[in-house]
Amino acid sequence: MSNIPDDFYYASTHEWIKIDDNGVATVGISGHAQEALGDIVFVELPEPGTEIEARAEIAVVESVKAASDIYSPVGGEITAVNEALIDNPQLVNTAPYEDGWIYRMTINDKRDLDELLNAEAYAEHCSDE
Amino acid sequence: MGRRTCLFDRHGAAGAKIVDFSGWDMPLHYGSQIEEHHQVRGAAGVFDVSHMTVTDVAGVDAENWLRYLLANDVARLEAPGKALYSLLLNHDGGVVDDLIVYRTEAGYRLVTNCATRGKVLTWLAQNRRDFRVQVEERPNLAIMAVNGPDSIALACEALPADVIESVRQLGNFGSFEHGGWLVARTGYTGELGLEVILPEQQAGALWDALLAAGVKPAGLGARDTLRLEAGMNLYGQDMDENTSPLSANLGWSVSLRGEERDFIGREAVLRHKQRQGKGGLPVLAGLVLEARGVLRNGQQVLTDKGEGVITSGSFSPTLKQSIALARIPWGSESCQVDLRGAMVPLKIVKPGFVRFGKRIFGNDL
Repeated sequence: MSNIPDDFYYASTHEWIKIDDNGVATVGISGHAQEALGDIVFVELPEPGTEIEARAEIAVVESVKAASDIYSPVGGEITAVNEALIDNPQLVNTAPYEDGWIYRMTINDKRDLDELLNAEAYAEHCSDE
Repeated sequence: MGRRTCLFDRHGAAGAKIVDFSGWDMPLHYGSQIEEHHQVRGAAGVFDVSHMTVTDVAGVDAENWLRYLLANDVARLEAPGKALYSLLLNHDGGVVDDLIVYRTEAGYRLVTNCATRGKVLTWLAQNRRDFRVQVEERPNLAIMAVNGPDSIALACEALPADVIESVRQLGNFGSFEHGGWLVARTGYTGELGLEVILPEQQAGALWDALLAAGVKPAGLGARDTLRLEAGMNLYGQDMDENTSPLSANLGWSVSLRGEERDFIGREAVLRHKQRQGKGGLPVLAGLVLEARGVLRNGQQVLTDKGEGVITSGSFSPTLKQSIALARIPWGSESCQVDLRGAMVPLKIVKPGFVRFGKRIFGNDL
């Protein structure tokens, strides 16, 4: 499992979350997840302004193989969605940690992050599956 | 570890994701299933389908035996070099398997599915009766399917020089034999193409030559979306032993002409025809989802005439929307499906969505 960014947090359900210097959080799915799903054909994005609790369903990724729910790694409010995915959902395959991000959010309670895995623990989680 | 075709190492070298397919380790894709799909629709791709079952039939009664076994009539194959699609039916008119039968210089060659190998070989053995035939499985042959608008031109760069003229002269469903090879204009994608059946020792060199000519490897994932767009059934999904050919859009392949040909399943299909006339048999229809989302195998649908089920559903890379084959009540005019809690309308069309790279269904039924 190479290419798991070091400075992200990971959920056992294969979402990642990255916090930038201004405290804005960005969420996507991992390289491992997109590889398991195969070519992604639709991403159902959330509405900006939606309030979401940690581990609640917030988006859906549909691949040639299956539909997969995306669970928000932390609770907060959706501030932006990646509209590029509407026309080009395969960005999730080609750049899962960069251009394939799904949404941005505020974080209500930073303690939610404590429940998540670091890169090393996530790599181990993937190899155990 | 499953069974492997003689091209297994080449799949690995091409970056294949290998999956189990009925006990065989086969390439699902080589990176992107959708790119491989577009490659076949727009240029040319090659599939390794050596896992399929090849059976040769010879002997003085070969024709009569196959006229008894197969729902289509091999008497239509008036000379070597002709092929047709047929079903093997059981006595209830259910589908044991579907196949291509080639008339060869020595008799006939059947290419049946991989997943059905055991039961088909058993079925053939059980129904030998007193026919004087030799039946031989040919496990040491490889099969490559080259498909796409550029397939024949590129294959001609890769094939041995002494077969190229014969390849260029092939019509649809035509074939010829040459030094242990059988080359045919048959396929499963709705595009121009060739299938080459050859001794496995020679398969690697042909694979390499095809790739060198610019043909790209394509996996079973793309093969499935291509055949679905073409409206072609997959055995075990769209029909099986409990399905009448008339409920699988395959009535056209059951030859009922000529009272004298008493093939297995004939009486049952005649009974099905009577039921169908009264609306008592479901049909296999095409469905198109205009909204975003993907139809999936096994999903229930609801028509104005009752319930139905999706037998093959996927995303169509060519149309960029979801399409499906579904078994629905005869005469259905409208259809909807539950997508994540919302009832969404589906368009009912004739099975067949894309041929030769172009959308082929209209706005009406």
